[in-house]
Amino acid sequence: MELTDHLFRHEAGRMVAVLTRIFGLQNLALAEDVVQDAFCRALELWAFRGVPENPSAWLMTVAKNRALDVVRRERTSRTYEPELSRYLESEWTLASEIEEMFREAAIEDDQLRMMFSCCHPRLQEEAQVMLILHILCAFSIDEVANAFVTTYTAVEKRIPRAKKVLAGCKKLFDTQVPRDFSARLSAVQRALYLLFNEGYHGASAEFVVRAELCQEAMRLLGLLLEHPLGATPSSYALCALMCLDKARLPARLDASGKLNSLFEQDRSRWDQPLIKEGLQMLELSAKGSSLSEYHLEAAIASIHATAPSTEETNWDEIVSLYDTLLKLRPSPVVELNRAIALGQRLGPERGLEALRAIADWERLGKYPFYQAAFGEFELLCGRLMAAREHFSIARSLSRNRMEREFFSGRVDACN
Amino acid sequence: MSDFTFLYRGRDTTASPEQMQKTMEKWRLWFKELGEKGCLKDIGHPLENVGKVVQGKQKSITDGPFAEAKDVVGGFTLIRARDLDQAVELSENCPILEVGGSVEVRPIQILNM
Repeated sequence: MELTDHLFRHEAGRMVAVLTRIFGLQNLALAEDVVQDAFCRALELWAFRGVPENPSAWLMTVAKNRALDVVRRERTSRTYEPELSRYLESEWTLASEIEEMFREAAIEDDQLRMMFSCCHPRLQEEAQVMLILHILCAFSIDEVANAFVTTYTAVEKRIPRAKKVLAGCKKLFDTQVPRDFSARLSAVQRALYLLFNEGYHGASAEFVVRAELCQEAMRLLGLLLEHPLGATPSSYALCALMCLDKARLPARLDASGKLNSLFEQDRSRWDQPLIKEGLQMLELSAKGSSLSEYHLEAAIASIHATAPSTEETNWDEIVSLYDTLLKLRPSPVVELNRAIALGQRLGPERGLEALRAIADWERLGKYPFYQAAFGEFELLCGRLMAAREHFSIARSLSRNRMEREFFSGRVDACN
Repeated sequence: MSDFTFLYRGRDTTASPEQMQKTMEKWRLWFKELGEKGCLKDIGHPLENVGKVVQGKQKSITDGPFAEAKDVVGGFTLIRARDLDQAVELSENCPILEVGGSVEVRPIQILNM
């Protein structure tokens, strides 16, 4: 029997979540050890004996038995979740209690608890995202560093520090308390949004890495949408945004590592079923009175995803959505995108004006696509020298080979 | 044709689940290839990395394994090959080499009369 892709990774996240629920957040490291041990076993046994009928159940059983062992052996030397301690202390209730914890629905909830726990207000947004990726998606320090295009040492410092904050909580976040849930929901949405964006816009040159980050964000968002308190209009909007963006990923970035701008993408390679799903999600999000940034971004993405070409895109609508988004979440990146859309609608000179008017432009200083936007408009105005200048700067700012090749292509286009 | 054992040493216990899944697939593929070449006499077994060592006339019993992790035999396979050279050649694609482990190739003694 063949394993599905990333089965180990996904099961690891589930196993750590349920084991941490049993052992308590202060024993996260113990849960991680148990999981690691289960995978070492699976690797060797399955290599020699073949993959069992139901690999997920096999792994969960190993984790469950190990959990029982650990609790029996260390009953007195460790403290567990306060609410569980009384069951775990007695042999009468221990086995049935652990059995109960490994029910499918319980594991789903445990992952959600972990997700909310990782979004602790004392942690910076980036640390929250890294922690989610590390614990719930079982990315090693190496893999997190690779995904974020940062150094091993940077992540190696950051994750243990973040874990310490988690361990200080003792108890996993309780997803059954509506007030607490709502209070942290926006942080969780934001973390998943950032995780997705790291895949979609991030600096990694590897298509597989990018697609996987997007996939992981969508998988975790799926868990959130399963929860009655998590299935809010803004969660649906976020899901719509992810579907609509992900649908365009194969055309934006091909497997050979070539980056294509929206203007040159082969739209026949967009994933139509995913676009359809995104539009359905967008419909589900149209409830209630509050308009989130995800609603606006998803609406913009839906216009792109349904337009037959860049010329036939409703740029008017896009500019006005960006205007509203700017009021909700002012950011130079949003301003940059608005300027690009404005240039499409009113011509390159107006686009350049809008680019120059970006208030906080210094924050875009290292962002290659800011310079590239100038380059595109200058090129459209026929000022080749200026355009070439901007593309050269963009090239010098590129974060990977893929971007460098893309900007080199743009420099060459100025001849 | 002669028989050989492959003794596998060293395990990477720090790999991520994703890496482990990939490593496992490589092992399966490698065994499959050995089988297709008709060189797999007995796939053998992976071994637990704990056990006991009984030693000497006093039959002293100690907990094992005793050596460093990289020196512990983690499993074995019986191989059928033309000669030692071919057996060694077969071992060169063993996935354990990619994670810093080793394969010890040992001819099985036979009595030639």
